[in-house]
Amino acid sequence: MDGVKRFNWAGWLALGFLLCLWELGARATPRLQPYVPAISQVLAAFGPLLREGTILKHLAITLGRFLEGYLLAAGLGVVLGVVLGYFRTVHSFVETLIEFLRPMPSVAIIPVAILALGIGDAMIIAVTVYATLWPILINAIDGVRRIEKILIDTGRTFGLPRRRILWRIILPAASPYIVTGLRIGLSIALILVTTAEMIAGSKGLGFFILDEERSMNSAAMYGGIVVVAALGYFLNRLFLALEFRAMRWRRGMLVRESF
Amino acid sequence: MVANSPQHSITPGTPPFQSSTPVPILEVEALSKSYRQANGELTNAIGNITCRVDSGEFVSFVGPSGCGKTTLLMSIAGLLAPTSGRVMVNGRAVASPPENLVLLFQEYNKSLFAWRSVLGNVGFGLEARRQSSKDTRKKALALLDLVGLSGFENHYPWELSGGMQQRVAIARALAYEPEILLMDEPFGSLDALTRLELEDVLLNIWSELKTTILFITHDIEEAIYLSDRIWVLSRRPSAIIDEIQIAFPRPRHQVATRAEARFMEIRNAIYQQIRN
Repeated sequence: MDGVKRFNWAGWLALGFLLCLWELGARATPRLQPYVPAISQVLAAFGPLLREGTILKHLAITLGRFLEGYLLAAGLGVVLGVVLGYFRTVHSFVETLIEFLRPMPSVAIIPVAILALGIGDAMIIAVTVYATLWPILINAIDGVRRIEKILIDTGRTFGLPRRRILWRIILPAASPYIVTGLRIGLSIALILVTTAEMIAGSKGLGFFILDEERSMNSAAMYGGIVVVAALGYFLNRLFLALEFRAMRWRRGMLVRESF
Repeated sequence: MVANSPQHSITPGTPPFQSSTPVPILEVEALSKSYRQANGELTNAIGNITCRVDSGEFVSFVGPSGCGKTTLLMSIAGLLAPTSGRVMVNGRAVASPPENLVLLFQEYNKSLFAWRSVLGNVGFGLEARRQSSKDTRKKALALLDLVGLSGFENHYPWELSGGMQQRVAIARALAYEPEILLMDEPFGSLDALTRLELEDVLLNIWSELKTTILFITHDIEEAIYLSDRIWVLSRRPSAIIDEIQIAFPRPRHQVATRAEARFMEIRNAIYQQIRN
């Protein structure tokens, strides 16, 4: 957790070292350069794309789809998860269904989504919501079910009505689990957006990467990959920074647990 | 008092003042509780308990471990429905947790809110009463001072020792200003010194706030030291086997009160009753 504030010199040094290896390796083997261009070549191909705005346009589209899908899944997953975690009878009705659907690799749903929704934003977002929902839902259910009964009873003995018990006790008590689900969902949403764009997109970073590969333009392809990687990295950093603020009370507890 | 209460219907033919004694703050009438365990076995936790507590009293239940004391307190607090019998608070039957009563749980460390600071936990008792936030802070700080936790208001519960956590739980319950405070072995898992200290903290607060306290413990001496009256409970299904008035003057003293010959007599008598 404290890594959020402190700059990790060693980690960046190691990354830089690997990039140098890549550069030197690619230069030493010109025969492989059509497949693995040197970093310098990737950057050279990247410059014009950045200047013309091509890559930013694709990035904006991917980011937009990601946000739409992720936020929908987050809202749906948390609300459903809290309801299912709280009402055991409702949960027992859907439990088996969840256990069947959840282990299925979510990309397998893409053909179904194409049949149902055609090729376009709606399909990509639907698939993203579907895949991202699971970790958020499961963790929210778990978080609510694991709440000590004594916490609810404490709320009751202090005369709190159900609604206030939900807001003041159930949600904060389940929040560590909910946040974990939201963090896992973050990377899954990005995977699904990119994959769906590769399969059935005409825009977006996923489409761009595959399109450049098909045009035998591997330097630009790697450029696209780097942009997706950077997007994932920054989204994760943003999430951790928000979590760090919201979950202030857990900070010291986690440090102590890690000893 | 009874006659003025608008909820109280007067049966024709009965005089409005039925007796000269006021309605007790808490009455337990023929309460019994049995429940099915996970293996399907039916457990009779509480046999048949009838008792009454007057306003401002400090009363204790003493009994062997596992005699259903916690079940009894949960039932009185309206958190468990009794199998038969009923609980009356201020003359009205309890169906859900009564507004003017708070139960302090045995597992205080689990009942504290990990996401709230010490001040936030104590403030919870006031928020539950919908006090304004300015009052909340002032009162919460005053209560923390009362239980000896000044300077710890910004700590989180997990940063405190068991004794300090219990003080937070006590302060939170007091902040709610309940008329009746039920305490379930509150000092059971504390070290001996902390325990004696908190007993006196509790007695000071009790004499200051005039709260009615119903206390459960398996520590006979603790019950004698604290209480006006003690009910001795039998093993499951628990029933009251004796009622003992404790007449030691107040304020009591950890050394002097416990050194009195009568103290030991009562202790030995209760011990014999529980063993048999």
